[in-house]
Amino acid sequence: MNRRSTWWKHAILVPLTVATLYPVLWVVKMAVTPGEEFGLSANPFPTTVSLVNFETLLSEPLFWRQLLNSIIVAGITTVLGVALACSAAYAFSRFEFPGREASMNGLLVTQMFPGVIMAIPLYILLDVTGLLNSLSGLALCYATTSIPFCVWMLKGYFDTIPTELEQAAVIDGASQWTIFTKIILPLSRPAVAVTALFSFMTAWNEFILAATFMSKEEAFTLPVALQAYVGDRSTDWGLFAAGAILVSLPVMALFFLLQKQLVEGLTAGSVKG
Amino acid sequence: MLRRSLPLLLLFALLLSCAPEVEEPTITLWHSYRGGEREALEAVANQWDAEHPEVALELLAVPSKAYKSRLQSAIPRGNGPDLFIEAHELTGEWSGSGLLMPALLPSAHRQDAFASASIDALTFDDELWGVPIAVKSVALFQNRTMVAEAPPSFEAMLDAGRAVSDVALAYETGEFYFHAALMHAFGAEALGSDGYPTIDTPELIASWAFVRELTASGAVPPESDGATVSTLFNEGKVPFVINGPWLLGEIRDSIDYTVAPLPMLERTGERLQPYLTVEALFRAAHSDASTDSVMSLVGAIAGLDGSVVRAGTGRQIPALTIAREHPEIAADPVLAAFAAQADSAVAMPNRPEMSTVWEPAARGLRGALRGKDPAEMATRAQREIESFLGSREDRAKDSKPAHVAPVSPTPYVAATSLLLLFMAAWGIKTSRERQVVARARDSWRSYVYLAPAFVGMMAVVFIPFVVGAGVSLFAHYEGEFTFVGLRNFVRILTSDTYALTDPMNFWFTLVVTVLWTATNVALHVGIGLGLALLLRDPWMKMKGVYRVLLIVPWAVPNYITALIWKGMFNEQFGAINGVLGLAGVEPVAWFSQFATSFAANLCTNTWLGFPFMMVVTLGALQAIPRDLEEAAEVDGAGAWTRFRHVTLPLLKPALMPAVILGSVWTFNMFNVIYLVSAGDPDGGTEILISEAYKWAFTRQAQYGYASAYALLVFGILVLYTLVTKKVTGGEVT
Repeated sequence: MNRRSTWWKHAILVPLTVATLYPVLWVVKMAVTPGEEFGLSANPFPTTVSLVNFETLLSEPLFWRQLLNSIIVAGITTVLGVALACSAAYAFSRFEFPGREASMNGLLVTQMFPGVIMAIPLYILLDVTGLLNSLSGLALCYATTSIPFCVWMLKGYFDTIPTELEQAAVIDGASQWTIFTKIILPLSRPAVAVTALFSFMTAWNEFILAATFMSKEEAFTLPVALQAYVGDRSTDWGLFAAGAILVSLPVMALFFLLQKQLVEGLTAGSVKG
Repeated sequence: MLRRSLPLLLLFALLLSCAPEVEEPTITLWHSYRGGEREALEAVANQWDAEHPEVALELLAVPSKAYKSRLQSAIPRGNGPDLFIEAHELTGEWSGSGLLMPALLPSAHRQDAFASASIDALTFDDELWGVPIAVKSVALFQNRTMVAEAPPSFEAMLDAGRAVSDVALAYETGEFYFHAALMHAFGAEALGSDGYPTIDTPELIASWAFVRELTASGAVPPESDGATVSTLFNEGKVPFVINGPWLLGEIRDSIDYTVAPLPMLERTGERLQPYLTVEALFRAAHSDASTDSVMSLVGAIAGLDGSVVRAGTGRQIPALTIAREHPEIAADPVLAAFAAQADSAVAMPNRPEMSTVWEPAARGLRGALRGKDPAEMATRAQREIESFLGSREDRAKDSKPAHVAPVSPTPYVAATSLLLLFMAAWGIKTSRERQVVARARDSWRSYVYLAPAFVGMMAVVFIPFVVGAGVSLFAHYEGEFTFVGLRNFVRILTSDTYALTDPMNFWFTLVVTVLWTATNVALHVGIGLGLALLLRDPWMKMKGVYRVLLIVPWAVPNYITALIWKGMFNEQFGAINGVLGLAGVEPVAWFSQFATSFAANLCTNTWLGFPFMMVVTLGALQAIPRDLEEAAEVDGAGAWTRFRHVTLPLLKPALMPAVILGSVWTFNMFNVIYLVSAGDPDGGTEILISEAYKWAFTRQAQYGYASAYALLVFGILVLYTLVTKKVTGGEVT
């Protein structure tokens, strides 16, 4: 590729990037300008900067507790989601067994279930099993919603790993489990990282289930606390925007740290080894 | 490290979830207050708690978006609160479906201690269901710097306003709740004396035509949401706004304003009377708290001392009449004005029929505001309401609409058992033929790997789905479920009530949804692919910076960015019309035509969705060996030929699953439709999933119909996937 010919790419990318960031800049503007309402002017840059909204949020008595809840729920979701998805994806990628095709389709089909009809049965189910009001019950719900996508991604990645290594390991007497944990998983680090990121995001941003299932404010997660600034008839935009930024920061940081893995991990199924 | 921390984390979670419960009489109170109202309630409650050490009091503030669904799922399961605070409008529906217990008035007060309208609002079927604590209605806010005198009439107000500013008055014109004030000034009511909705009366039509005149003349901005109204007022661009007490906290210190009851309309000689909302303490069914404690707590909150605190800190207008005379309240001009307005306001009907009015009436009103014939819009709204409720005559005879008449379940049970038997036989036969059992036994290991994920999926996804799907065979009407077999499906598919061109017709919505999905996915893939190809160049500078910045839309929760986009599409003040204005384009009323409204949704969702496709394509491109393309280049193939015949075919296997998943997500993309266009105009931009949601929650809670709708959505998606798989011939997952 020719080094001199890249200027036109910047000419396309710069306006697109500006357009992409524009609404986000508005969120920032609302957050740092108390009393500034909705995106009703063209200028997305704040004219004054004040951190009052952030101070208010951080001094909420339950902020840290709810942050901890969010971390716990997202943490359990990530660990659980990744563990379950990895082992299922491994089976789909490496084994032939009756029902393989059907169960893979079954997983895909769950992405098509409309949430509208499942909320109340899910509530009853959690109530009956005693998982209502528990962070682990919430995490279980999130983990299972993120499994299908994670399995799809991981299976695609596992498929790209050549089988020669495993054959060699089998000759050396390694068990399936050793192959899975000692060869496949370490080789799939980027895909596992991405899967973890998605599971994390599912749990980190959700608020409807959390607000319905948890019985105490001390057990709410951060997005639920954030929704408390949205009323029926009026919304505290400054605090809501500041809260949205606080909630997105960890996700953005993860995206930034994992961007290389993100690209590599999503090679799903492109080339078979 | 991962392996070691997993059990620890799980243990931690388990400990948290099983914290020992102390057995002590407890009263739980749920509310959805925020800001000053919440502070005031907590102050009153904490004081009561301190004075009553024998009972523990637990307060829970639930975000308003999740509040109703939480009450409706928790109370029937016995997980509800003892008391909850909510507006009175659902009293009829909730008492009918067994969510409430009759109210316990605190011993110090009789019914006549409260404003009579507030007691009426909470009475249904001759029973009092809640204790009123506060009343709310909109009133007139006036910027005194712009217009000093209080206007004697509505018309005089518009003239005075026009004299100092382009827009004289701002309020949420498209909301039926705000329109009610004018509706009442024209002598119209939402419900007739028999409780049946009356949206097509000449008076109501005249009120719609009147608002249309106001917006057409420019005196009132045509499309304003709450944020627009408060911004206009704060920036001194409008001297008068009609809004509720919730605006008080948002007005800037620099604005000198007064509040007054709404003026009289000269045209009819009647006053503008807004809807009155009564906030009340309701006793939830299954509450086992002692009546003494409950009565004492209710007395503390609704009584004089509590009322004074709530009025001072929370700016609430007490329902208790003696509290209104308390010097702290009577001397406060803002509170006094809201109290005076409350006295002349019309309590919002508490009958269950009212819940069918909001959506069709708002749709009709918005149509009239866009210049459609008000009479035609009103007839349509009335017809829609009739399709939910059954005709007025049937209702008068107390007979239910035909669509909830029960159906004998016997043929269904028989058919299902036959089908199951047949499937079992077929299953056994094929598995014998193909030696499934033997093969399954050989590959038991694979099932061990799969088991954890499948047990989880089974419990949390499949079981709720099957239960939810089962509801589609029932009709839900005023709290009762009746078995109706496949009638819901037949009604949807044959579109018996709505013509093919009606936005509420299933097939109409399906076409919109398909169009929505196709255009979105095409744009996601087009932009994502284009960007990925640009960013692929290994020599390019700042590649990483672009990559990080371009995935930002993915990282910010979409429920906030969608709202930002909605603001950007505002006709008068939105950034998009601002930018178009620089190019000399006239302001576009984005949500008043199907094409532009659809485009606004599309733009928002494209912004949300392209980063995913870009990242997937970047990943796929990395895995494609460069030598093939280089070989093609050596052979003299141009850039387009190389892309079309070398790169694209290699990308296809990775892109296909992403495209399928992307289509499924877009097909069910509820948030964008709900938050950006909200179906405008006339419900035309609604997609199937948002329609299903409306059937479940706003149209007389027709859960069965909604569930059938959702199942059809599911069926369509499964069919789509099967076809795509056939056509592309590939393995999807």
